[in-house]
Amino acid sequence: MIRILWERLRGGRRTSGYPDRPVTLPARFRGRPRLDPARCTDGCRACAAACPTAAIRTDPLALDLGACLFCPVCVEACPEGAIAFTPDHRLAARSRDDLVERGAGPRYAAALDAQARRLFGRSLRLRHVAAGDCGGCASELNALSNVVFDLARFGVGFVASPRHADGIVITGPVTPNMAEALRRTWEAVPGPKLVIAVGACAISGGPFAGGAFGLAGVPGDLKVDLYVPGCPPHPYTILDGLLRLLGRLEGEAGA
Amino acid sequence: MTTDVRWAPAGVAVPLAEIPAAGAAGLAGACAGLQAAGARLVAMAPLAGVPEGGGLEALVVVANDAANRVGMVRAVFRPGVPYPAVTAVLPEAQAFERELWEDHGTTPAEHPWLKPLRRHAELEPGAPGHPFFRVEGAGIHEVAVGPVHAGIIEPGHFRLQCRGEEVLSLEIQLGYQHRGAERALLAAAPARRLAIAESVAGDGAVGHALAHCLAVEALAGVEAPLPAQILRGVALELERIAAHVGDLGALAGDVGYQPGAAWLGRLRGEVLNLLLELSGSRYGRGLIVPGGVRFGLDGAARGALLARLGPVERDLRAAADVLFDAPSVLSRFEGTGVVARGDADALGLVGPAARASGLSRDARRDHPHGIYRFAIIPVSSGDEGDVMARAMVRWLEVQRSLVFVREQLAEVRAGPLTAPVPAARPGTAVAALVEGWRGEIAHLAATGPDGALTAYRVVDPSFHNWAGLALALRGNQVSDFPLCNKSFNLSYAGHDR
Repeated sequence: MIRILWERLRGGRRTSGYPDRPVTLPARFRGRPRLDPARCTDGCRACAAACPTAAIRTDPLALDLGACLFCPVCVEACPEGAIAFTPDHRLAARSRDDLVERGAGPRYAAALDAQARRLFGRSLRLRHVAAGDCGGCASELNALSNVVFDLARFGVGFVASPRHADGIVITGPVTPNMAEALRRTWEAVPGPKLVIAVGACAISGGPFAGGAFGLAGVPGDLKVDLYVPGCPPHPYTILDGLLRLLGRLEGEAGA
Repeated sequence: MTTDVRWAPAGVAVPLAEIPAAGAAGLAGACAGLQAAGARLVAMAPLAGVPEGGGLEALVVVANDAANRVGMVRAVFRPGVPYPAVTAVLPEAQAFERELWEDHGTTPAEHPWLKPLRRHAELEPGAPGHPFFRVEGAGIHEVAVGPVHAGIIEPGHFRLQCRGEEVLSLEIQLGYQHRGAERALLAAAPARRLAIAESVAGDGAVGHALAHCLAVEALAGVEAPLPAQILRGVALELERIAAHVGDLGALAGDVGYQPGAAWLGRLRGEVLNLLLELSGSRYGRGLIVPGGVRFGLDGAARGALLARLGPVERDLRAAADVLFDAPSVLSRFEGTGVVARGDADALGLVGPAARASGLSRDARRDHPHGIYRFAIIPVSSGDEGDVMARAMVRWLEVQRSLVFVREQLAEVRAGPLTAPVPAARPGTAVAALVEGWRGEIAHLAATGPDGALTAYRVVDPSFHNWAGLALALRGNQVSDFPLCNKSFNLSYAGHDR
């Protein structure tokens, strides 16, 4: 017992100062890409051809963060340096189109409307559904509850039953064998309720998009309230999205 | 019965023409003979094309750990012709034969539990149905859990037959995560193949990326340069340390021991952050590429990583000391979820689950590649086969991997990080083995006459080990299911692919 108390004292407080203090991620961390379409030369499609998930269009240059795996293949392919990844973790968006980066600056996720914020702003309970998740996104969702990220201090938490939830967090490309379980879990959540798609697979199918099963992520009849891109997204990327959705972060805050 | 087998070191490509063919009728006997000679089953995987006379040709891969060799046989299954099931003599073949049956219609006669692995009759019209195993009698009740579970965890269905609190039988039904990974990989361009390999089991992305790249390199007849081999080893061991530390924390959480859960949960993140420094991803994605690694470490970066490793190591020791010293933890870990050595061997368990039951089986020692040929990590094993042994094996491995990482980071080696990868050689096959944190990861690949990839099979260690969990539950309490499950911590996606 003495040892536990001693180690606890020695360990001190380990919870991150986020969002009051800035997040510093390593230079190699691949967060929000910076696009410079002016550098593109006519007809060059090297980045688009190299991209493993067809996330890039050229003429004009556009990168779909919803399909992006944040591998640096496009950066290596571009002879002109038109694409670079920055360590900015703030990637979440409210609409599918807001995930398309065109070099005109980020469109961060906007807050829910006033009524939804009254309901969920101080207490949001979420049910996770893995639907073909490789374990990456699930691991980062789990990490949110450790002492460093400490999701609970924001009034957000994951619950065991959809009956207790205000919404569902979906990961994975939604496999045929999980489609029914996902639908039933969604139906079991009492309204009003939210849908949050976490990771490239849930947003677009990620590396598994198409194929024999035609995987494409969250089915079209589920209206997604928040998209959190990444493969998997960093816990700070998920936190940033959740806090913006709840109106607790705005503009350039939470850098 | 002696069998013609093409033996080679793991990760060395062999011409398909040199791999002896065998009829399915003699396969069970052949496998039994190989097992008697010290081999175990690594995989049974379909090859491309239709053999002469119709049916299916599959690559059967065994490993002789003591001889540091893997052996290959091409088995030919005739359509509609039942053959004596390998499973009847080698239980470790059970899932492989079920998968070949559900995907290709092979008919293993006398297979004791010929039930689809990934196809569910209630979800897919036309899929073969099969009831759950049932125990009948007074006071027997059934508990069904999943596919959507209470925590943040992948989907699977668990069916327990119980008498009061006592579990008589656990049946595990998976397949919910099946994404068609191998078919997608075969159809994809090389960059996407790597992304798919990294996503087979995303908490083991380094191990799967490495196995994929070793297979690609072997087919092309090229080896990554030494500086890349070192960084691959560092990344694989960091992944192992992070996963094991996370598992120890989760085990502490499952017995309600909060100091262990809180501290080890944080420390897992600290190790993931070292992988982030190295690769730009907390899971090491993007680091390993065919031919080598994408990122190097200069002297200053190595020094910075070593400096950060120091406090992590110190805190880890403190957390583990406290955890393994707590009577309330030990009383829940010890004697829970026992898998006897003989059962572990019969089921073909791999990784910490096998070593905790006394099997000395570690691909880093038995089938070394790259830096593991020069830097030997002692194999950690236990005897009891219980939750405690699986926890202790993890902690021993964490310590030994830390030593390895320190040693490898201490030496600054200059030189190229990648070697050019030429086109794959036509008509060859390879089995690349990597000891991931869950155990042996096998990536099997074969090329056609034009050098194009025609067959690919990923065997995540979970594919072998789920049967171990089912056995571990027998005679335990229903309430110990989460603890036993966590002590294996298997990948659902890795099994289903």
